[in-house]
Amino acid sequence: MPILMDGERVGRTLTRIAHEIVERNRGVGDLALIGVRTRGVPIARRLAAILREITGVDVPTGALDITLYRDDLMKSAVGPQPIVRRTEIPFSIDGRHIVLVDDVLYTGRTIRAALDALIDFGRPSTIQLVVLVDRGHRELPIKADYVGKNVPTSRREVVSVRLAEVDGADEIVLGQVEGAGA
Amino acid sequence: MSDTATRLRGKDLLGIAGLTAEEITLILDTAEAMKEVSARPIKKVPALRGKTVINLFYEPSTRTRTSFEVAEKRLSADTLSIAIASSSVVKGETLIDTALNLEAMNPDIVVMRHASSGACHLLARTCQAGIVNAGDGMHEHPTQALLDAFTIRERKGRLKGLKVAITGDLLHSRVFRSNAYLLTTMGAEVWACGPPTLMPAGIARLGVRPTTRVEEAVEGADAVMMLRIQLERMQGGFFPSLREYFQVFGMTPARVRLAKPDAIIMHPGPMNRGVEIESEVADGPASVILDQVANGVAVRMAVLYLLAGGSDDETAA
Amino acid sequence: MRLLLRGARVVDPASGVDGARDILVEGGRIADVGVSIAPGEAAATAVVELGPSLVVCPGLVDMHVHLREPGHEHKETVITGAAAAVAGGFTAVACMPNTSPVNDSASVTRFILKQAAEANLARVYPIGAVSKGSEGKELAEMADMRLAGCVAFSDDGRPVATALLMRRALEYAGMLGVPVIDHCEDRTLVGEGVMHEGLHASQLGLRGIPSAAEEVAVHRDIVLAGLTGGHAHIAHLSAAGSLGAVRAAKARGIRVTCEVTPHHFTLTDERLLAPLMYDTNLKMNPPLREASDRDALLEGIRDGTVDAIVTDHAPHHADDKSVEFDRAAFGIVGLETAVSLGLDRLVHSGLIGLGRFVELYSAGPARLLGVAGGRLGVGDPADITILAPDLPVTVSAAAFRSKSRNTPFDAWTLRGGVAATIVGGKPLYVNPDVVQVGGLGRA
Repeated sequence: MPILMDGERVGRTLTRIAHEIVERNRGVGDLALIGVRTRGVPIARRLAAILREITGVDVPTGALDITLYRDDLMKSAVGPQPIVRRTEIPFSIDGRHIVLVDDVLYTGRTIRAALDALIDFGRPSTIQLVVLVDRGHRELPIKADYVGKNVPTSRREVVSVRLAEVDGADEIVLGQVEGAGA
Repeated sequence: MSDTATRLRGKDLLGIAGLTAEEITLILDTAEAMKEVSARPIKKVPALRGKTVINLFYEPSTRTRTSFEVAEKRLSADTLSIAIASSSVVKGETLIDTALNLEAMNPDIVVMRHASSGACHLLARTCQAGIVNAGDGMHEHPTQALLDAFTIRERKGRLKGLKVAITGDLLHSRVFRSNAYLLTTMGAEVWACGPPTLMPAGIARLGVRPTTRVEEAVEGADAVMMLRIQLERMQGGFFPSLREYFQVFGMTPARVRLAKPDAIIMHPGPMNRGVEIESEVADGPASVILDQVANGVAVRMAVLYLLAGGSDDETAA
Repeated sequence: MRLLLRGARVVDPASGVDGARDILVEGGRIADVGVSIAPGEAAATAVVELGPSLVVCPGLVDMHVHLREPGHEHKETVITGAAAAVAGGFTAVACMPNTSPVNDSASVTRFILKQAAEANLARVYPIGAVSKGSEGKELAEMADMRLAGCVAFSDDGRPVATALLMRRALEYAGMLGVPVIDHCEDRTLVGEGVMHEGLHASQLGLRGIPSAAEEVAVHRDIVLAGLTGGHAHIAHLSAAGSLGAVRAAKARGIRVTCEVTPHHFTLTDERLLAPLMYDTNLKMNPPLREASDRDALLEGIRDGTVDAIVTDHAPHHADDKSVEFDRAAFGIVGLETAVSLGLDRLVHSGLIGLGRFVELYSAGPARLLGVAGGRLGVGDPADITILAPDLPVTVSAAAFRSKSRNTPFDAWTLRGGVAATIVGGKPLYVNPDVVQVGGLGRA
């Protein structure tokens, strides 16, 4: 399976994005990072660590579970419900610049759900979006502000983001949907 | 079955009996996520948008009904509550007729409280909708046991290996039965204490350790749970007087001191102060009685969420 | 018109017969029983070749049924009940007095007998009430009812209320030479109970009826039978302790007898948990008890302590059963499943032989009630049941002749059934699944 990014590349990409965030927001005052569960959370934490190195400031970081906001939640009459995990946003988002962090941007539906969820927590000044990979095929008018890598894909392909915190090592690979033809 | 469940097997929650430890853990874990929703400025998520939940209460219950209603609203379900006085049931329509009428409105979930044990099973056999038992006679009250377990786990970090003392009217209590099943399934040691006249037959075979000595039940306990003495049921002479009941079984500060220093005090409510529990205990620092109420909403949100998605059983049916 | 039943195994313990015999029926009575009977003038005799796979026995007698008429005709009538009886292999039934009005007077007794005569199916023997209105206060007119045709007295549905009333009933019924049949329960111990008190009632959160509720009353009746010399018959005995008490009393020479139902020797209270939780067709009084009780009943059936198998046939409309368990009516129908359950659970299990089976289902109850039947002697009424002991039977409640369907045995597959039922020489039920009795259908 083709490797889109190895561990080193992931690290460099995150450092670049961190710099872009600082530059665009002219510092990190009023900034907060919120990772979308599952893999957006460790990415947000890494960005926070890099931002601290760059600016010396601890940027508040939270975790958002969007399960309860999914638009496909009750669509199937059968089958298990997706597991709901805790949302942890231990700070007010009112008036802040929120940087939403996810691993892959695809149809845009996850980010739509995340935006709805965030709005229920308050009224941020702005919401910006960080993704490690943008693989295209958007179904909603959503665009990332910071992109690690643009990867043209087909719908039969899968982009797997593996992170040390969750999967033991950093790596982004491109695979095929099981059952799809070669 | 794997170590972690990702779903409940049935379309209904009729009781704790029959749930696996993995299913119980799934509900409790989901409830943790749900509890956070209640702490938000906007305490509402769209998860059950477009779903209809009917609360059918044949017994008066402010506490449980309110808790379910709040849980349903926080999940954005369309809800309506029907309270039917038991007195009107005698001359009114049968439970099955009521069920068929409700069914015609195509609800997704029916939450029912009923004075007859097994009434929810009758409803579940009649309705396509998922049925949540909100207390049936002397049988089970599964969401109460789940919220009790959630509260204990929240405070103690686990259920396995804990000693839990349950005292009071064990015979008539659905809360006792559900807690006995749940806590023993999760590996807790449950001591059941009450007058011998209020102990169900074969109680030891329910997996609990019965005793009539409250001191023995409470000694070294991690959690002490009182059950309500239903004053209206005590006319049959199960014990001589409330005064004597309190003397022998009432939870006093002296008795609580026999428990572990960090033991928690629980009561499903409503309390009879001075009968089963002294106010000093109910209002003391170890009391988690109000936490139980708050956790009730989270646990019920979890149950409704997990049932609303349907089950594998429906494909087979 | 003569009927010759040929080649079957005849089991008639009262006459000491168990073997291949032919039976000749003439004028509604048994005309001859022999190893080989010639048809005689062939034109006037219907000859039915039954063959050795069928069993001919004295007509079965169920001494404990509820026919619901008068008063509850939507549940059962004398006609439908008698039809269910013959379909179940019973040539006679004795019906309990808890109708509306209660059969506590000769006029009600005569009404029931008139309905039975119109039905012209199984013989119906009314059982009169011990007390007026079965209210447990004053004795009913037992002698008058006896003259009108009652064969025993009972306040069934309720116990004979007090020890004093039971004493006087035993004394008075003793004068009439008939038993007092008591539904034994101490109502204070029963309380609001709806199933056997034990682990399973505790699990289900249903109020329990302890075995002691029955045992206390059985002991009372035994003591009073000893005091009065009267005949106390214990209805639908269900608990091991009760059975032990009856066994011991019999050994002391006390005139006490007892009956057991097929559901009590087949099912236990565990069945209320699965496969169908809270099945109201498992609600009856006395309740299904524990496995140890069931085993004790089986032993009593084997060793002779039990005198009769009865159905306690208790028809109820679906409306009375399709409700919450604690609101549902007590009782199940039994006439059309009793033979199959008995053959399957008692005979094929090896517990008893067919001779004892016939004793329990026919000769025993006939003797207890002092009615004709229970044997196939020359000159006896030709009340005959033909059993197909190896017939595979699948119970179908929908096909019952009874008006009611409240059975827990629907769709059960059992080994053994009824081939035909002959009352007074007339074949009133012929099972189309048994080819050998086809000739009876044309007779």
